[in-house]
Amino acid sequence: MARKSKYDVVVIGSGPGGLAAAISAKKNGAEDVLIIERDLELGGILQQCIHNGFGLEVLKKDLPGPAYAQLYINEALALGVETLLDTMVLDVSPRRRIYATNKRDGVLDLEAHAIVLAMGCRERTRAQVRLPGTRPAGVYTAGTAQRWVNVEGYMPGKRFVILGSGDIGMIMARRLTFEGAKVERVLEVMPFLTGLMRNYVQCLMDYDIPLQLRHTVKRILGKDRVEAVESVQVDEHWNPIAGTEEIIPCDTLLLSVGLIPENELSRKAGVSLDPITGGPFVNNEFQTSVPGIFSAGNVVHVYDLVDWVTEAGLLAGKSAAAFAQRERESEIRHLPLLPGENVRYVIPHRVDKESLATGDVRLQMRVKQPIEAPVWVEVRSGEKLITRKGEPYVRPGEMVTLVLPSKVYDEVRQARELSLAVVGR
Amino acid sequence: MNDPYDVIIIGAGVVGCMVARALSRYQLRILLFEKEADIGMGASSANTAIVHAGYDPLPGTLKARMNVAANPMWDNLSGELNFPFERRGDYVVAIGPFELLKLDRLLDQGRRNGVPGMHLITGEEMRHREPNINPAVSGALWAPTGGLCDPFMVTVATAENAVQNGVQVLTSTAFMDFILDDHARIIGVKTTRGDFPCRWAVNAAGLYSDDVMHRAGVRPEFSITPRRGEYMVLDKAEITINNVLFPVPSEVSKGILVTASLHGNPLCGPTANDIPDKDDRATTSEGLEEIRQGALKMIPSLNLRHLIAMFSGLRANGNAPCETPGVEYNHDFIIEIPASPRGLVNLGGIESPGLTASPAIAQRVVELLKDAGEPLREKPGWDPIRPPRPRFCHLSREEQALLIARDPRYARVICRCELVTEGEIVAEINAPIPARTYDAIKRRTWLGTGRCLGGFDMPRVVEILAREQGISPLEVTKKGEGSGFLVRKTKLVEG
Ligand SMILES: Cc1cc2nc3c(=O)[nH]c(=O)nc-3n(C[C@H](O)[C@H](O)[C@H](O)COP(=O)(O)OP(=O)(O)OC[C@H]3O[C@@H](n4cnc5c(N)ncnc54)[C@H](O)[C@@H]3O)c2cc1C
Ligand SMILES: Cc1cc2nc3c(=O)[nH]c(=O)nc-3n(C[C@H](O)[C@H](O)[C@H](O)COP(=O)(O)OP(=O)(O)OC[C@H]3O[C@@H](n4cnc5c(N)ncnc54)[C@H](O)[C@@H]3O)c2cc1C
Repeated sequence: MARKSKYDVVVIGSGPGGLAAAISAKKNGAEDVLIIERDLELGGILQQCIHNGFGLEVLKKDLPGPAYAQLYINEALALGVETLLDTMVLDVSPRRRIYATNKRDGVLDLEAHAIVLAMGCRERTRAQVRLPGTRPAGVYTAGTAQRWVNVEGYMPGKRFVILGSGDIGMIMARRLTFEGAKVERVLEVMPFLTGLMRNYVQCLMDYDIPLQLRHTVKRILGKDRVEAVESVQVDEHWNPIAGTEEIIPCDTLLLSVGLIPENELSRKAGVSLDPITGGPFVNNEFQTSVPGIFSAGNVVHVYDLVDWVTEAGLLAGKSAAAFAQRERESEIRHLPLLPGENVRYVIPHRVDKESLATGDVRLQMRVKQPIEAPVWVEVRSGEKLITRKGEPYVRPGEMVTLVLPSKVYDEVRQARELSLAVVGR
Repeated sequence: MNDPYDVIIIGAGVVGCMVARALSRYQLRILLFEKEADIGMGASSANTAIVHAGYDPLPGTLKARMNVAANPMWDNLSGELNFPFERRGDYVVAIGPFELLKLDRLLDQGRRNGVPGMHLITGEEMRHREPNINPAVSGALWAPTGGLCDPFMVTVATAENAVQNGVQVLTSTAFMDFILDDHARIIGVKTTRGDFPCRWAVNAAGLYSDDVMHRAGVRPEFSITPRRGEYMVLDKAEITINNVLFPVPSEVSKGILVTASLHGNPLCGPTANDIPDKDDRATTSEGLEEIRQGALKMIPSLNLRHLIAMFSGLRANGNAPCETPGVEYNHDFIIEIPASPRGLVNLGGIESPGLTASPAIAQRVVELLKDAGEPLREKPGWDPIRPPRPRFCHLSREEQALLIARDPRYARVICRCELVTEGEIVAEINAPIPARTYDAIKRRTWLGTGRCLGGFDMPRVVEILAREQGISPLEVTKKGEGSGFLVRKTKLVEG
């Protein structure tokens, strides 16, 4: 439940990247940290990765995905990180306003001193690998199938062909075999494996699932449901080799053909994206091209191991906390100058209090209405008069200049905002 | 047998639905039925979506007459039925010196057909109007009355309005045969869901209109050869095409067009290949290559790697001769009441510009029935307005907040790419023509058509479809019987 309208750090996405960022922001001095997650629970994609192999590098533990996530969920909640679940962020502005919706609160409009983008990635689809043929049921991305099997408890088919030797595909090949399905084979267009060798050994070899390198699907057959796929071998330029076509009967084609960072929101926030990674350009603190907007995890580039996602999140969270702190301090240090009675505008809009310690600050303004009689031009902090200057008359066409003298430094230090007014003498 | 219907319409594509709506104005008992699990799954949902100005068809043909008569009806229709429509105008673009000559012929043809406002523009002017265009453009024909619609929503909105006005709609019901009395008069139709008696039957079966008329013994020489058109849809974010750009047409087709759909995606296609199988809506590598070349000729900077969908549609390419004396043309529309058997309204070969022409075809059907002596009495209280359902992504933030306050289901986003909410999905499931399948929801809300192609929303939509219809997720289908998503629960061994 969002309790405030402004947070120090808002993290979008609660996968391992987002969780680590929230934890580290909190530990590094962020006052209030909020995670916004569109799913019903925290943990991101890990919640559907019920196989083990998470945490080997950094934690030196071999955990299933949900257990790995739980460690960080517990830590985040213990530190007092706030969460908004089942909530979709729809828009982020370069000025760090966040627009989100959920069933309970309706529309949420929040501000943040710093934002960490941790939206993860999405899977490449049939169109992106340009798979011709019919459009029946039974063509799914491996991640969608993983969600069905591991989270919802349904089998999306009986006889599978898997296109792509990515990790999710290989892990699903084993998972589906456990569930009594037949995985006919895994086809890979490249001359090499695209996922981890350990997954090839543990998920395919151990279960006698054939892998064919330099092979792809030429077309999909079947009107209502997939009935078969036609595979074909390719040459070194990825051109199909005539005569090597083979019809493989199956009812499901799983696609494990790569992941793309999920950057719809980043685009909206004006973050520049690297055409190669598909994620934001970042510096060594994981700050994007927009100041105060950081990013961590698969949203930046696709990781193979969760450990490095967590590390990236920790760093991004720390950087975000530091940025937020500077923003907060700067907000306290910089006084807004507000136009009051008969003042159209004042320049500068803000004054750095500390600059008064070393010298005067000149203010310039224009009035709204002419007054052809002597007036005071006053600067006040609330009711309290800080300084004033007499003018014989004021006219909109003639700029008025006023000096905020160095000697008012002590009074100004206590102030939260200053207002200017032009009043009759 | 039940009480007879006055009119039974076979096939719920845009033509069948327009006829149903036009007739719903009168005091008639009407049934519209469709073999697929949803209406509009044939040509009406897989085409270029252009409301043609009318310069393409040969002067004197029924195609030309219907096109030009229908074009001005679309503003009013979209206002009444609340479907997306934009009169953007369209261009036929000549690249290089030779193609320029063909524009004159098209302009002349358009003028003879009575198309208003057309004129030629220079290559320079075209480059100005469409900065992405091939710099070798030599000129273009500008037709300001061309328009763009969402053809599937046109079909749905039209059918819903017909239902509001008393028409009954049955899906998953296939026509098998006519029932004739001893005087060669149609008295009913046989379907896969039983026999339905009627006084009039309308053949609006699109690709299968030849088979249907042959069942009645009409025009045995008429046959339809499916002509497949394949398309590519590109990612919205990658390039902005502001206009509808046709190349100069060839003998068989209008060529590979490039435009942005009303949903904002660049759309390229269609190809034109005759195929033997009326069910074969596959896309092919050859087709995609042809589109690629055509599209790059128009817009060289188009990056076809940003592909988000491929689909194809089948044109009901018939062989009916034009009936106007002196006009040599063998692919005209059929819109007639044959002398025998009585009781048949026969529509056939309604290929492009059939979508554009559909409201005029419906009007023509009304006239033919009047001419045949049918006393069409207007129905008091006929309501031409189909109320729209809210689309979350088209609302302002204030409107979004109000909608959510009324129904919090509009706050739950199911499709992140196209921003479709649970509220919208549930509304479609409970609409006058209920969406019962994943594709039915997809076509109505545009969910699952963005970059992730449903990877994220699919499990959620299956769950909502199951919950709202009180069925198991195992019974939810993509597009009707035989297209289930899921086969069994996990942890059950195959029995
Ligand atoms: C299907 C799949 C299986 C994988 N299996 C393994 C594996 O076996 N072993 C391994 O080491 N790595 C695996 N990975 C790699 C894995 O992606 C990373 O290890 C890690 O989970 C990435 O973490 P993340 O925090 O960057 O993203 P994610 O875990 O994907 O989290 C992103 C979160 O952001 C949320 N979100 C996105 N957009 C919004 C929005 N607009 N509003 C609110 N919330 C939003 C999402 O709901 C999600 O919860 C797998 C990846 C995928 C996609
Ligand atoms: C590639 C392509 C591009 C096109 N571009 C345009 C364009 O830009 N502008 C334009 O104006 N036109 C265009 N057209 C033409 C336009 O799409 C069609 O003319 C129009 O959709 C025809 O509508 P219909 O209702 O006759 O056919 P359909 O939409 O095919 O409807 C016929 C219906 O009858 C049903 N049916 C068939 N047999 C039976 C049976 N036995 N029992 C029950 N139901 C049955 C079918 O399932 C189907 O739903 C294009 C067509 C194609 C294929």
